[in-house]
Amino acid sequence: MKNIKFLVLGIFFAIVLSKVQAISWFRFYEMFKFQSFHMFGIIGGAVIVSAMIMQLFKRGVIKDINGDKIVPKQKKKGVVRTLVGGTFFGLGWGVSGACAAPVFVILGFKWLPALIILLGALIGAFVYGLLSKRLPN
Amino acid sequence: MEIILQPWPWFVGGPLIALTLFLYFYFGKNFGASTNFETLCTIAGAGRVSSYFKKDWKERDFALLFVVGLIVGGFISSNYLIPNQAIDLNPTTIQELTELGFSNPAKSYFPDEIFSDEIAMSLKGFLILILSGVCIGFGTRYAGGCTSGHAITGLSNFELPSLLAVIGFFIGGVIAVWFLIPLIF
Repeated sequence: MKNIKFLVLGIFFAIVLSKVQAISWFRFYEMFKFQSFHMFGIIGGAVIVSAMIMQLFKRGVIKDINGDKIVPKQKKKGVVRTLVGGTFFGLGWGVSGACAAPVFVILGFKWLPALIILLGALIGAFVYGLLSKRLPN
Repeated sequence: MEIILQPWPWFVGGPLIALTLFLYFYFGKNFGASTNFETLCTIAGAGRVSSYFKKDWKERDFALLFVVGLIVGGFISSNYLIPNQAIDLNPTTIQELTELGFSNPAKSYFPDEIFSDEIAMSLKGFLILILSGVCIGFGTRYAGGCTSGHAITGLSNFELPSLLAVIGFFIGGVIAVWFLIPLIF
């Protein structure tokens, strides 16, 4: 039951994303058209505040709930994987207006279309798993 | 209550998303969302087909609870916290979408042309949704993260792979919105 806090955090995150319209298809369309500051302000603001938090983690000023040092996992390196993988994700994101966390949030708004997107995402992740050893890094 | 029911301005979003990231790490886990696609594949039995999915999903029960929270939070928001879904979209954007044939741009969060149940059950609508999903699932796993894991966690941690991934996100998103959407609609 110690993980119930993640359930509460998920509810909180979903409400934040919903209230700042960061799950709206129209907002993402507008972002990729560079016709509004709204989404750039949200993502940029999140990155700037998070960067400060990361520094506090790295310097050991803030430790985790167990008193251990917080060390964010290093991302897998690779130019092809990040650029090509990123482009695939961007295509899906641009057309459907859904990214990985919002797709679950949208289930609470438009369950049928969101469920179809989610089903596609699971198929996509499955295909990646099958091909992972053969794909260039 | 009035403040909660109004749309929240953009500058509230960044710090509250960062607060979510902070708590996620404070609770001892790496912040991200797209690994859950793999975990759900594992639960669905993908391990029988590929050893890639032979993992103990119970080790990620915290992330699955977070996902349940996202769904519950979405349900609460849509039913109780957003009495008016109209969006203050750029008038130019609204005009462009109208010209593409979108009936009520920015009158709600999601366009009926993609997100109505009727469209979702039509062949074209279904294909749009499921193929977008395939790109999202494949792309996030190949790139090693999504908006949460790369754009927010990775960029704020000054990770080069995340910068490349975000550049990829925008290449894909720009192609989708500038070329694919006019082609589809």
